[in-house]
Amino acid sequence: MKKPYAITLDVESSLANHTGSWRVERPQYVNLMPPCNNACPAGENIQNWLYIAEDGSYEAAWQALIQENPFPAIMGRVCYHPCQDVCSRAKLDEAVGINSVERFLGDLAIAKGWKIPAPEHASGFRVLIIGAGPTGLSAAYHLRRLGHDVTIRDAAKVAGGMMRFGIPKYRLPRNILNAEIARIQEMGVHFQLEHHVDNLQDAIDDGFDAVFLAVGAQIGKRAYIPACEAARILDAVSVLRDVEDGQAPLLGRRVVVYGGGNTAVDVARTAKRLGAEEAIIVYRRTREKAPADDGEIQEAIEEGVLMKWLATVKHAEEGTLKIEKMALDANGFPQPTGEFEELEADSLVLALGQEVDLSLLSNMTDLQIVDGTVQVDSRMMTGRAGIFAGGDMVPADRTVTTGVGHGKKAARNIDAWLRKGEFTKAETPEVIEYEKLNPWYYSDAPHAMRDRLEGARRATNFDEVVKGLDEETALYEARRCMSCGNCFECDNCFGVCPDNAVIKLGPGLGFEINLDYCKGCGICVTECPSGSIIMVPEKS
Amino acid sequence: MTTAPIKFYQVGSYAIGNRLLPSAAGSVQSDADRTNALTSGHRACQGCGEALGARYALDAAMRVANNKVITVNATGCLEVFSTPYPETSWRIAWLHSLFGNAPAVATGIAAALKAKGRTDIRVVGQGGDGATVDIGFGALSGMFERNDDVLYICYDNEAYMNTGVQRSGATPPAARTSTTQAVGEAPGNVFGQGKNLPRIAMAHEIPYVATATVADLRDLENKVEKAMQMRGARYLHVLVPCPLGWGSQSCDTVKIARLATESGLFPVFEAERGEVTASKKIRRQVPVEEYLKLQARYGHLFSPKRRDDVIDHLQAMADRNIVRYDLLESAGE
Repeated sequence: MKKPYAITLDVESSLANHTGSWRVERPQYVNLMPPCNNACPAGENIQNWLYIAEDGSYEAAWQALIQENPFPAIMGRVCYHPCQDVCSRAKLDEAVGINSVERFLGDLAIAKGWKIPAPEHASGFRVLIIGAGPTGLSAAYHLRRLGHDVTIRDAAKVAGGMMRFGIPKYRLPRNILNAEIARIQEMGVHFQLEHHVDNLQDAIDDGFDAVFLAVGAQIGKRAYIPACEAARILDAVSVLRDVEDGQAPLLGRRVVVYGGGNTAVDVARTAKRLGAEEAIIVYRRTREKAPADDGEIQEAIEEGVLMKWLATVKHAEEGTLKIEKMALDANGFPQPTGEFEELEADSLVLALGQEVDLSLLSNMTDLQIVDGTVQVDSRMMTGRAGIFAGGDMVPADRTVTTGVGHGKKAARNIDAWLRKGEFTKAETPEVIEYEKLNPWYYSDAPHAMRDRLEGARRATNFDEVVKGLDEETALYEARRCMSCGNCFECDNCFGVCPDNAVIKLGPGLGFEINLDYCKGCGICVTECPSGSIIMVPEKS
Repeated sequence: MTTAPIKFYQVGSYAIGNRLLPSAAGSVQSDADRTNALTSGHRACQGCGEALGARYALDAAMRVANNKVITVNATGCLEVFSTPYPETSWRIAWLHSLFGNAPAVATGIAAALKAKGRTDIRVVGQGGDGATVDIGFGALSGMFERNDDVLYICYDNEAYMNTGVQRSGATPPAARTSTTQAVGEAPGNVFGQGKNLPRIAMAHEIPYVATATVADLRDLENKVEKAMQMRGARYLHVLVPCPLGWGSQSCDTVKIARLATESGLFPVFEAERGEVTASKKIRRQVPVEEYLKLQARYGHLFSPKRRDDVIDHLQAMADRNIVRYDLLESAGE
């Protein structure tokens, strides 16, 4: 080719110049553990189902959610959402209302009749579950999805356990509870209700290959309180159970509840609804130290429940209680002050925690019991091979969500044990820190609040207190998620690369670094909103 | 009680793209089929703000002008790193003549196109701050006063980076360059010198003058689009941080540009016929120190002895911009 004067080479593109050779570090796309997922006792992949819900794919989001937890509508009401306590968005404005979106998805699933996918092909194994509370139901659900033949036995007439007999209707309407349990029944789990298991060995001999114990903790703890015979003292678990059975106990005009946990608050709020003029919670420590969820305490106060912090009941007589004032010592423990006062009370309800009924284990000597709970290993297996236990029976937080998590964990380990394998949990990635995010890019958006019935009005009936979100608000709330540690395809890396070295693979496929040209400047890492790109050193 | 905004898309328009929006609403840069006017393999340093700014601006210009753009480039980093003989990184019609004559060459091309009746082809002149503010200033001023049909874009990295970081008329006070060393009583570049080219351009009362940075892509693209829809002399001044000359980390280029605007040191605004018509409001205001401390060219303000007097002086400049260009959301909004 004839070239102009002094030109000897053909013009070519700079693509011939592989600037990737300059690089000493390379960007790498990662999926890190968002704080919410890390905090979820049921092991939900929250960031993932929020991400799916963000474009309106609610059914797909619900399907992703129920891979870990079969009760979104229940969770969206009774879970104390530890996920929201650690949500990164709280550092920007307010935590994402994860719980309210979960409830929205759960309620929508019930309304639309979305189905759980058919179980895997039959394994041929039979598993017995004792206890149809959240833990047992969760285990049944997961075992059934894995293809096992599952039988669940419970002494009560209806399934649900503490979700039915411990959580009042105004927090968890029974049609919701029933709908989510019915779905598990439809999967082909055999329910044997009003079937009290008093001898575990006999049950095992019925031909089961594995057993999961989840009988819960339902015996109210009694504290020794000197009392005259006429004093009316009840325990919280029985009160809540009787109310559920339609046999509300006579509590009188003034009810004192002794204890500072969620059960105490539930009883006090229930007493108000049963017509008590006054319901007073007496607790030996302060509100900050009370184990009850602060939101629950707030709702109770709004309904007119009175709180007496730093007080213990010393003596109970007919119509009155003798209360001793307490004071916190330097270590934050309550100490008696010697100051007393009288409190009018027609009844005293003790909500001092619950114990496990271990009678069914009486002839199982190889099961280790410590402090009234059954000991299990990391697989949730007891001292006897093939017998697993979870929920309130074993040492752990006693919440519905923890129980659901136990059920899942036990199910996966039972499945592995039955198949003579070992369940290996996928490796947990590192939890992403807030400092690794670039919050600049998220639109300003405060939390959408859920409507609540007005305190005074709701205290007179058992209607559900907290209302759900409509679709628009749920979508808004889902979109507040910052996708911590996981790419959500905002195109920032693709845009900010001065070397045009990021390849956009298309919707849902993410991006790839073109290492021929990436100089390793790291702008994509700094400008990634969700912190899902990291720099790693090149091998020398 | 629940009053949720009807439209909320997670990252809104802050990020480059947004999977929740239809692709037509996306930025040019989020489009997998963007022009890539300046493609891979160029020899700009790691984290070059100018390479980024040029691709942002020219890709947007190409979209508006249906890919009919001729670019005239002044001498400078952008020219040198993109076209070492015989390679070129340009995927658009591109021409380089001299350091000081890019506006004049652009004017000539525009005149030629007019003579040939090809006004559908648009002309973009571009250069660094040295070529624009100093060496080519006469030609540029002439292009403005004749109102020639050219969009001229200055990629301002505040010194002559290509030749070794010498001070230019756009170097800010207190900044260390190789010709304004951090020595003596008043270290770095002196206060009270230099030119504010956007304001000089406004004084020519040309149809459109705007400033932008590589930290706000949507704003930059909107301004290019607006400028390309007008005829006559238009001027766009884009702040492009330079990791080499500013002594900043290559990963912080966009972040530093963002801090320049959020501190008020670099006002982002637009003006038509000499009047400011709009300014980009500060979203999360920061003291100038946040901006300065990421750059070694201001290192002498923090060690060995902290120079609060100088930092305060720079803060006063930022505060003046905030008032002058109305950079804060007024209360009650």
